[in-house]
Formats: sequence, structure tokens, C-alpha cells
Amino acid sequence: MTTRDAVAIVGVGTTEFGQLYRDRTANRSAYALGAQAFTAALADAGLERDDIDGLICARLPNYTRMADMLGLRRPTYCLSIDGAGRMSAVAVQLAIGAIQSGLARAVALVYGNNGRSAGATYGGEEGGGPTAGYDTAYGMTSPGAYVAMMYQRYRELYSVPELALAPLAINNRNHAMHNENAVMRTPLTLEDYEKSRYVAEPLRLFDYCLINDGGVAMILTTPEIAAKLDRPMVTIRATASSGDLTNFYTSDDFFQASCASVSDRVFTEAGMSTKDVDCLQVYDNFTPTILFSLEGFGYCAPGTSWDWIRDGRIGLGGELPVNTSGGHTSESYMQGWGLHVEAVRQLRGEAGSRQVPNCEVVQYICASPITASHLLVRS
Amino acid sequence: MPELDPEYLAGAAAGTLRLQRCAKCAKCRFPASPLCPSCLAWDFDWIDASGRGQLWSWIRMHKPYFKNLDREVPYNVAMVRLEEGPMMISAVDGDESGLRIGTPLTVVFRPIGGVPLPWFTVAATAGSAADGR
Repeated sequence: MTTRDAVAIVGVGTTEFGQLYRDRTANRSAYALGAQAFTAALADAGLERDDIDGLICARLPNYTRMADMLGLRRPTYCLSIDGAGRMSAVAVQLAIGAIQSGLARAVALVYGNNGRSAGATYGGEEGGGPTAGYDTAYGMTSPGAYVAMMYQRYRELYSVPELALAPLAINNRNHAMHNENAVMRTPLTLEDYEKSRYVAEPLRLFDYCLINDGGVAMILTTPEIAAKLDRPMVTIRATASSGDLTNFYTSDDFFQASCASVSDRVFTEAGMSTKDVDCLQVYDNFTPTILFSLEGFGYCAPGTSWDWIRDGRIGLGGELPVNTSGGHTSESYMQGWGLHVEAVRQLRGEAGSRQVPNCEVVQYICASPITASHLLVRS
Repeated sequence: MPELDPEYLAGAAAGTLRLQRCAKCAKCRFPASPLCPSCLAWDFDWIDASGRGQLWSWIRMHKPYFKNLDREVPYNVAMVRLEEGPMMISAVDGDESGLRIGTPLTVVFRPIGGVPLPWFTVAATAGSAADGR
């Protein structure tokens, strides 16, 4: 069975990330943030609550609580997935499977993240990977530090100069300045970047995703139902994923094997190549992940992406605009969920001053221990 | 600190890096695990590892994530490919300026928070750090 255009994204909803961030004292619940996004997505789709018969919750403590809050008493399909960034694409794949198999007709994907209110740090005593006990003994912790480990090796292998990541952080910020909803909208210069502190050297503060509160929701359904709604049609032309599952977030090939496998399958399924992609949304928990993604998916050769992304190529008006809403370092850290929504908005032509002209194909990429990618199209 | 394997800790206290080795296919693994990820056999032995490895990469941690860590920021953390195959996180003695991909390393033991754990030092063979790639 092919997934080709079998499912449409008909509704998207996001909270007001910037406004939420400016109120530093609030103590928000992930459920309320998810619920806000859900009601926004429902209105965006032009559907009624009772049209929804599937619910996938992410990063929410308990799906029964979320379902009860939303009045979804008897969905035919319901599950929870954890709040890891890799899971946003997986959630979309689950919804596709549920809709294609007939287990549900209209699935709401609801993500709520109160990380900032809860004081999340993504390191230290919190959680950790399979070897956390061994690694924390030395003070090794946080996904950023494991990505820094990869980048330190990458830059030695390919003789990458200092400040090579700065254009990625600046590109995200430039895009966020076109996004009223973004958290970080003040201009970011090379000098600002250079002066910023290290977190896990060689990564600096501006290489890191934000920690902020927010919610994102999407509603996926069949093209038949989508056709009855008065909205531009966005479908998922192809999707694929591959694990790269080890004891470390550090992949010893920078996720290249998993990316190559996913790239091959997603482009083959779609009958497309990188040349068909108008706009790219890349999971950027930390800026080096963008480099690993561009190389892994064949946009440029291994070891060259840091040079390839310079000089405006990935900016608005450039050859391949990347992370047009500001990405995780400037718009909002919604763990890939917000990037999915931006893909839809670009395909619908609703992105305002950051709109990519004639945007017909958007690729989403997440290079991580579950590497995944979709090709989304305006149908 | 979450629990570490007692056999591993006992080895470190006695000055040896102990690894599990599959009794069937002889592959070594880290951290401790009940079955072999290569051949799924459940029988294993604990061996004294050679203590040799190569630097895969390293970082310098600046953010003080831990309240009670027995190290002052900034401190280095290394990812080491052991001669027996597994990768492990550890730290490297001294100045980091000579560290390169493939730098040969030798295990030593240092107490962290009072618990002796494997640590690494650049191997003392002449010119090895420069030839390590």
C-alpha cells in the first residue's frame, strides 16, 4: 500500500509563542496549551469537534485527561507518544496509518509543551539516555552536548572554520523577524553570535533551541473529507523513517546512513528529487543538525554543507529557504510540530512576508535517533 | 547518580576496566546488558579490557547542569572508542590542545565524587598523538 496523497492536513493551530514567552511568571499547563492549539486547528479546518474520531497526544502527561478536556469521549483511535522531537514525524505517520486503514477518519494530533513553566533544562538530573548513569558521572548530559560531540568531530574531519554555524542561527533569526508569532525577533549579527557564551563547546547559546511554552495541533483526514472543506488542499505525498538506535544521541556517522535510507525511500515514493523541493523545514534542536540533514538528504556532499549554506542560499529569496518561520532557535521549540505547521502554511500561501513564492513542495526532515522525512504538497 | 553495574565498579576500584564479553561470539559490550546485541546469546564473561582506546571526539562543558558534580566548569568530556569495540563517555587528563580524532588513549582511574572511575590519558608512545588519525 502506498501512502501517496492518501491523507490531507486540513487544520493547523499554534499558540502565540512570542506573547507567552514575554510573560515570564506564568505557570501554564501543557493541557491548556494543547487545548488552545486544538481549538485553533479545528477552527482552521472548518470542522466540528464531533467530526474528530482520532486523537494522538504528545508530551501531554495523560491522554484521558486531554480527551476529557476536549470532550472527545469515544474516539475510535487514541494513543499517546512521548515528547521527544523525533516523535512529531512519527505521530504524523501513525495518523496516516490510522486513516488509511479506516481506524479513524479525522485524527487530531495535539502537542502541549510547558517546558518553560516547568523549568525544563534537558540536562542534569532530568531524564537522560540509556547510559545516563555512566555519562553523568563525568558531567556529560543533555542532547546538545551529544550533538556538540558530533560537531567537534565533523569540524576536524572537514577542516571547518570557526563560526561556521553562525549563518544557521542568523538565518533562523532573520526568518523569525518575519514571523509575528516568534519568540526571538531582534536582529542577530555575527558579532552577537561570536560574543555569545558556550554551553557545550563548540556549541554556543545561539546554536541551541529555545525553551518556551506552547502548543501545536494538526488535523489529518481523508482527501474526500478535505475536498468538502473550503481550504487549500495539502497532502502528504510520501513519508519514511529509519531508526539509528544506539546508547548515545551521538551517531558515529552523523545520522548519514539513516538519512540516506529515508531520503532514498521518500524521494522514490514521491517520484521527486531535491530539485523539486521549494522550501525545507529541518528539525534544528541544535544548528549542526541542519548540516547533517542537508548532507544526509543529498542537498550537498558530505563535509560541504557548512559552506553551502552561506551567502543567503537558505534564506528567503534564496535557492532553498530553510526554516522559514525561524526554526527552533528563534521561533519556538515545539519539537518539530511547529515546523510541520509552517510547511502547511507555506503550501497554502498563508505565510505573509515570509511566504516562499509558488511554494508547491515542502520537505520536512528530522535527523535523529528516529530519522524521518515527509514530502508535503499543495494538491 | 543512577546505579552503575557492580562488576564494573569493582573493576574500577581494583584498577581495571571490566567489560562484558559474549561467551558465544566473543564480542564485547558496554554498558552491561543481559544478552549479546550481536548474536542474542545470554551467556557472558567479564573480562579485563586492554585499557586502550582512541579518541572519537570531545567537548568542553561550560554550563553547570549539576549541582553536586565533583568537577568545575568548564571541563572536558571525551567519547572514546575502546580497542574492544564499544564506545564510552569519559574524560581526558590535562590540556586538550593536542587532542585529535584518533588520538591513542590509555585508561587510568580517578575518583569522582569518591568513586574510582575510568578516565583517560594520552598514550605515552612517542609521536602517537600526532600519528593518531
